[in-house]
Amino acid sequence: MYNNCGSTMAEKILASKAGRDKVVPGNLIIAKVDLALGNDITAPVAIREFERFGVEQVFDPEKIVFVPDHFTPNKDIAAAEQAVIMRRFAEKYNLKHYYEVGRMGIEHALLPEQGLVRPGELIIGADSHTCTYGALGAFSTGVGSTDLAAAMVLGEAWFKVPSTMRFEYNGPLPCWVGGKDLILYTIGQIGVEGARYRAMEFTGSAISNLSIEGRLTMANMAVEAGGKCGYMQPDEKTFNYLEGRVNEPYQPVYSDDDACYERVFNFDVSALEPQVAFPSSPDNVRPVSEASGIDIQQVVIGSCTNGRIEDLRIAASVIKDKRINPGVRMLVIPATQLIYRQALEEGLLTTFIDAEGVVSTPTCGPCLGGHMGILARGERALATTNRNFVGRMGHPESEVYLSSPAVAAASAVAGKIVHPEEVV
Amino acid sequence: MLFQGKAWIFGDNIDTDAIISARYLSSVDPRELAKHLMEDIKPGFADLVKTGDILVAGNNFGCGSSREHAPLAIKGAGVSCVIARSFARIFYRNAINIGLPILECHENMSSVKSGSDQLQVNLAQGLITHLQSGYTYKAEPFPPFMREIISCGGLVEYVKARVNPSE
Ligand code: SF4
Repeated sequence: MYNNCGSTMAEKILASKAGRDKVVPGNLIIAKVDLALGNDITAPVAIREFERFGVEQVFDPEKIVFVPDHFTPNKDIAAAEQAVIMRRFAEKYNLKHYYEVGRMGIEHALLPEQGLVRPGELIIGADSHTCTYGALGAFSTGVGSTDLAAAMVLGEAWFKVPSTMRFEYNGPLPCWVGGKDLILYTIGQIGVEGARYRAMEFTGSAISNLSIEGRLTMANMAVEAGGKCGYMQPDEKTFNYLEGRVNEPYQPVYSDDDACYERVFNFDVSALEPQVAFPSSPDNVRPVSEASGIDIQQVVIGSCTNGRIEDLRIAASVIKDKRINPGVRMLVIPATQLIYRQALEEGLLTTFIDAEGVVSTPTCGPCLGGHMGILARGERALATTNRNFVGRMGHPESEVYLSSPAVAAASAVAGKIVHPEEVV
Repeated sequence: MLFQGKAWIFGDNIDTDAIISARYLSSVDPRELAKHLMEDIKPGFADLVKTGDILVAGNNFGCGSSREHAPLAIKGAGVSCVIARSFARIFYRNAINIGLPILECHENMSSVKSGSDQLQVNLAQGLITHLQSGYTYKAEPFPPFMREIISCGGLVEYVKARVNPSE
């Protein structure tokens, strides 16, 4: 069927990077990558594979990005050893984009911020949330460490062209409802396998009205619906965001009007409530009113999903001049150094500290149960992160609920899950 | 690339835990792993399956955790090819990257008898012939570079061959 239609943005980017006029879903292709990313968990494995190739150089020292963000600042000796492997490799091969602690941030917040992501590009990363960059009109997807190793040598990777599902969101967004609520709602509707292997195209008036931060949050969680990538087509907002970050020319790519979609979903969002994912799956989603009153011991505001400046501004606006409930520990983790600094200058950090929250240097930390806020048996957290699998943030008998920064901040004040309206 | 072997039929959603249980993950030796292939869903399978045999499954084969041990265990058992109606994404990548041929076939293959009938697979053309009936099923053909990765024995060997063509 696909041979007689136009192409989606995802298909067009893959076709152009494979040097073809057109690709259709199911095609197996080799394509040139514009960027290959690794972190302190996956890069050391890729480096080990790389060394088996017996090559003297990487395909392009400007197109490999290494970010030690998961267990850094080094959580223990093992983490320190992994970090050393990355650092040495970056030095040896002259990698331009190695981000040492102090310049680093959570990879998927850092790359867009640093202007490393451009519309129309093909990006792979040995991390499942690499799909985040679709928010800027790139095709980006997570791969394994062996794929990363091969890409570091050849500058290429193989792909199976996914079919595309189109998600249209229309209507004005209610107060306190944003990108996180849209994507949680979507995952709740289609399930964690609903977009397995597919590209997810997010569109509609609600997406046009959404900030770049909100779009990054949505694309970030495409993988939680099984998606290979999630993307928005670039628009004025995208170009404004890129202004001053990206100096190189780029070529935006758009879906054809007669592109074929495997399925189209239409969501009217005008009456949507803030959403909460219950344990232990990101598709176990209900409106916040159904979560109301569940008591919590920890709130985490941060991660590659919701650790950006807009997220911190919203959280601070809810918390301003209030105290965190004494039964709750609130951890705020700005996702990058730049965001940290911006939050400092805007007085947001003072708001969090005055409210008796904790502010941390950028790190993935508690998001994957790494360090900096692990849960004990029976404890319950509300987090702005993206996964709430069993044991994700600590003890297998602890629980994680997922929400937006607004709901998380309000709940920190209330000591239980609440709608932000109840606190502000 | 032509393969011929006995068919073994499996159902939908065979996850990586079913393919190789987590309790055997301490080894990465394909032959060691192969001793426990499908142990929890088809006890004794490791002794039944012979070199060249072909697995045929339904939807979403290889779902669940991303462990590379699953395709390794299948390859270690000598399985020449896995055919499924669909594969989970990471299993698909892992299988290709370790050099295990896999084919997606959307046709109904229910007339193939498990453990007795013979299949012949032509990877380049994406054709699967059921030798008992002579019927040929169509699957997505493999492009040349994928056959090259497979014939090199996986992505690492493929990259090596490309960067050191003389060896
Ligand atoms: S913040 Fe969490 S989800 Fe994002 S990259 Fe780090 S560990 Fe992964």
